[in-house]
Amino acid sequence: MTGVATRVALYRWLLILAAVLLLEVLCLAGAIDKITMQPPHRILIDLGAILLSGRYNAAILKTLTNASIALGLALVVGVVAAVVLHGHHTLRRTLDPLFATYYAVPVFAFYPLLIVLFGLGDAPQIGIGFMLGVVAVIVNTLNGLDRVPRVLRKTARIQGLGAAETAFQIELPYAAPYVLTGAKFAVAYSLIGIIGAEFIMSRGGMGYEISFAYTNFDNATMYPLILLILAVSIAINAALSRWERRLLARRGQ
Amino acid sequence: MDAHVSLRGVTKDFPRAEAGDVLHALGPVDLDLKKGEFFVVGPSGCGKSTLLELIAGLSQATAGAVEFEGRRIEGQIPPGVGVVFQEDACFPWLSVEANVAFGLRKVDLPADEKRRRVRDGLGLMGLADFAASYPAQLSGGMRQRVCIARTLVTEPRLILLDEPFGALDQQTRLLMGDEVLRLWRQTGATVFLITHALDEATMLADRVAMMSARPGRLIDVVETRWPRERDSRIVERPEFGGITARLWATLREESLKSIGRTGRAP
Repeated sequence: MTGVATRVALYRWLLILAAVLLLEVLCLAGAIDKITMQPPHRILIDLGAILLSGRYNAAILKTLTNASIALGLALVVGVVAAVVLHGHHTLRRTLDPLFATYYAVPVFAFYPLLIVLFGLGDAPQIGIGFMLGVVAVIVNTLNGLDRVPRVLRKTARIQGLGAAETAFQIELPYAAPYVLTGAKFAVAYSLIGIIGAEFIMSRGGMGYEISFAYTNFDNATMYPLILLILAVSIAINAALSRWERRLLARRGQ
Repeated sequence: MDAHVSLRGVTKDFPRAEAGDVLHALGPVDLDLKKGEFFVVGPSGCGKSTLLELIAGLSQATAGAVEFEGRRIEGQIPPGVGVVFQEDACFPWLSVEANVAFGLRKVDLPADEKRRRVRDGLGLMGLADFAASYPAQLSGGMRQRVCIARTLVTEPRLILLDEPFGALDQQTRLLMGDEVLRLWRQTGATVFLITHALDEATMLADRVAMMSARPGRLIDVVETRWPRERDSRIVERPEFGGITARLWATLREESLKSIGRTGRAP
C-alpha cells in the first residue's frame, strides 16, 4: 500500500472511531435515551454475552447458512449465465435493459409468490437472497468478459481450447477482478435478502430475532445482533477486497 | 518443390452488413513456403494478417486451398503450428513459468517432459530468472519473449509471427530479430513473419513478399540469398541497401497508386 493510501485508510478509521465516540458520548450524556439506543461499549459487552451464552446460535447459524446458500447459488448461476449471455448477442441485448432496471423492482413483493412455490421453509428466504444477489454477479461478470482482449481468445484457439475451456481457463480468470466485485455486491444483497425475509415471515434467524427484540424494546439483544450482521458483512467484504487488490496488483493495476 | 505450406488461388471476402455487399480483402494468392525457410511479408498494401490467419486456420478462405504438410487447412488449427501475435497475449493472472507451461496444457506428454520443455523454453528466451514473475512486472520485449516461449514449447514445425515486434522500440526490435533468427536455426521450423519495417523484412528473410493495396495480392517476391548463419549485423552488407531499395520502390509505387497518384519521378 502506498503512503497516500495508508494515510487515507487511517483517516477513514479515525472518522469511524470519531462517530462511534460521538455516539458513546451522546448515549452516556443522555442526549440519546436508553430506550432508543445503548451506548456502543454496552452493545459490545452484550454481543460478547450473547455469543458466550450460545442463546442465539441456532438463529445465527440459520441466517448465515441460508445467506451462504443464496450467495453460492448467485455466484454459480450468475457466472454461468454471464458466460452464456456473453456468447449470445441477441439474448444479451434483450436482457441488458432488464438488468439495468432490475434493482428498481421490489423483490420482496414476490415473497408471497415464493411461499406458494417453495412453501414456508427456508427456501423462499434463500430465493429472495439469491434473486437480489444474482444480477449483480451477472452484470459485473459480463463487464469483465467484455474486456477480455481479442488476442487472448485467438491464443485460446491456437492452443486448441474449446468454448467451455476458453471460458473457464481464459475468459473468467481474466475477468476475475470483476467477478469479485460482483461477489462483494452479492454478499451484501444476499444478507439483505435473507434478513429482510426473516423480518417479514419467519420463525427463526437473526432477522426474526431482531424483529422480535425490537417489538419487545429489548435493546440488549437487538443492537448486538445488528452489530454482528454488520461485522460479518464487513469481514467478508474486506476479505474479498483484499483478494481483489492482490489480483489487480499482479496485473500492475 | 517440396512445399511445406501451399496456397492456391486463395481469396478472402468479408461481408459488410451495413452496405449489404462483400469486401474483397485478399487474393487470389498463390504461394509455396519451403520447409525450413524464413519467409517475410513486408510493409505493403493490406491483407497480411488475413493471410496469416488463413495459414493458421483461424479463418477460412472464401475460395482456393491452403495446405500444410500436404493436408488441407479449412478453418481448423493444424497441429504443429504456433502463432505469436503483435498484441500482448500473456495471461496476466499467471506467472511467466505458468504462461509458458500453458502451451502444453493440451499436449499429451509425461509431466517430466513438460517440465523439461518449459525449463528449456525459459532458458532459450532468457527468462529463467523471471519464471516466478508476473507479466506486469516485465517489459514489452520480455512479455513478447514469454509468448514466443509459450509457442516454442509445443515444438511447432511452422511458426507464424504477426508483427511480433510492432509494439517494441527500434533497439529491442533488432535484438528480438536476432533472437528469432537464432530460434529459427535451432528449431529448424519454417517461419512466416509479417512486419511493417522494411529493414526488418530485409534483415530476417530468405524471401520477402510485397503485397498490393486491397485486394491484397503478392506483387513481388525478393530472394535475399543471405547465409543461414546471420544476425542483425547483416545490415552492414552492401547488398542490404540494394534489396531494401528494391522493396521500397515497389512499396512506394503501390502506396502512391492507393492514393490515386502515379509512381513516376517528377
